[in-house]
Amino acid sequence: MTAIKTMRDAFLDGLCDRMRDDGSIFFLSADFGSPALDKLRLTYKGRFINVGIAEQNLINVATGLALEGCTVYAYAIAPFISMRAYEQIRNNLSVMSEFYSLNVNMIGVGAGLSYDVSGPTHHCLEDISVMRTLPNIDVFSPSDWALCDKYIDYSIENRHPKYLRFDGKPHPMIYDKSMNLDIKKGFHVLQKGDKTCVVATGYMTHTALKAIKSIDACVGLIDMFFLSRYDEQALISALSSYETIITIEEGFIDKAGLDSAVSHLIGKMPHDCKLIRMGFKDKYVFDLGSRDYLHELTGLSQTDIIKTIQTTIEK
Amino acid sequence: MKLNRKDELLLRDRALNVRRETLRIHGIAQGTRIASSLSPVEILVVLYYGKVLAFDPANPSWPGRDRFIVSKGHGSISLYPILSELGYFDKSELAIVCQKGAILGAIPDPHIPGYETINGSLGHGLGVASGVALALRNANRTEKVFVLVGDGEMYEGAMWEAIMFAGQHRLDNLIVILDNNKACMLDFCKNVIDLEPIDKKVKLFGWNVKRVDGHNIGKLHNALTSFKEAPTGKPSLLVADTIKGKGIQELETDPLSHTKNINPKDIELHIERRK
Repeated sequence: MTAIKTMRDAFLDGLCDRMRDDGSIFFLSADFGSPALDKLRLTYKGRFINVGIAEQNLINVATGLALEGCTVYAYAIAPFISMRAYEQIRNNLSVMSEFYSLNVNMIGVGAGLSYDVSGPTHHCLEDISVMRTLPNIDVFSPSDWALCDKYIDYSIENRHPKYLRFDGKPHPMIYDKSMNLDIKKGFHVLQKGDKTCVVATGYMTHTALKAIKSIDACVGLIDMFFLSRYDEQALISALSSYETIITIEEGFIDKAGLDSAVSHLIGKMPHDCKLIRMGFKDKYVFDLGSRDYLHELTGLSQTDIIKTIQTTIEK
Repeated sequence: MKLNRKDELLLRDRALNVRRETLRIHGIAQGTRIASSLSPVEILVVLYYGKVLAFDPANPSWPGRDRFIVSKGHGSISLYPILSELGYFDKSELAIVCQKGAILGAIPDPHIPGYETINGSLGHGLGVASGVALALRNANRTEKVFVLVGDGEMYEGAMWEAIMFAGQHRLDNLIVILDNNKACMLDFCKNVIDLEPIDKKVKLFGWNVKRVDGHNIGKLHNALTSFKEAPTGKPSLLVADTIKGKGIQELETDPLSHTKNINPKDIELHIERRK
């Protein structure tokens, strides 16, 4: 239940098995690896391709393969695949999906502050917003590796472009692997509450879960792992009983991130509901230290979450 | 397969006619890039009428077709009359380019039968074509992937990412034609950043390269059929030396011809002159 693993290891292990059975699956990397990738690249030499440090060509070659019906995984560091190759993603995947079924799965490793000590070039605080802006692209922001494992078959069967936002560090499971989770819904109610509900994504779901467990209050928690094309009606229904919703994301707020998605839903709810957005303000982080320390500096620590929840309960 | 004299003359006639029709399109759609579209006329005529490309207008997505990716989309308005004449779409479309309800615009996209990919932003086609070539090779298919690129887009870094990639992976089912018309938007390329010797540069990346007069139908045909029929284990590049605005004197010598329009009332005059 508490096995600690990286998302990419879980995903790559499972994908390696699928590549054995399906000769049309290609795995492209922009010279980025992991121990779990070693098995895949040694086993499937013809279908594992290192395009070099060339994210634009990574997406373009992936597009060409997908145009011929292949299932493609394009693998790179999150800020580089999502922003260095943004126009390639826009024109060749988002726009071209109006004409073709293109199963390109862009795996960005290093969500949020995963690469804590590497500074703003490696921090990835914009990807949710920039990807959500593009039509025809799914955004998957999992909170644990069990979800990633479940997503493998989904990614093969659903033949359109997707952006997979993987955390760079190993974390314990949130979901039980045997759990019958309806992944298509795009979110999961981890616990129900009275007046306040936290909606979190990615790594912040872990921090939110710890914060909620540490206080004596009945607070709801929803893990949102699809940030586009989720079951909107089901989510509205899950949120409609709350007075306050707190969104928590490791990304810039007041852009087009998780907060924007939830704000859009609140606008469709029959009653007024207060929204508190927790995330990064308009500022890059140059400070050094652990991810938790950086969260303390930027108002995203477990303590900050507890304090924010308490203000909504005590009012 | 060498082109006989009679066929070459027929293709020259085709080219003359395509230039005429392209000018007429520009006459009604001034947003089209006429100078860029006049330089690849012979290339397009040889590909489609010279039996170089395998295609089926009745079934544009026929799996047995050679893929043709037009990376310099804006500069391929001259493909419109060819595709319509072959039956990809109705000829009446040529009279309403860029107008309400038309399928043909200033930059072609895949809603036009015969166009494979999204165009308009330069430097994308070659990388996408490399992926297509890789997929075809993996599936043991024999179709070729042709790409038309412009010299202006050789400034894009993504082009060189793709050139390195295709060379490394020895994609010998990939045939690129460079419409080397020597000018981009603001000046002749040699005054911007000189791309020459472009043939030698690409060859160094492991490509099979030939260079011909891009308005000489016989030489274009020889080079393209030899690429197609006798793969060398390398991707192929044909540098086709062309003249931007070919056939219209005021465009041929103007470094700013890219955005220059020909007045609609002068179109028939230009056509008359070229007879």
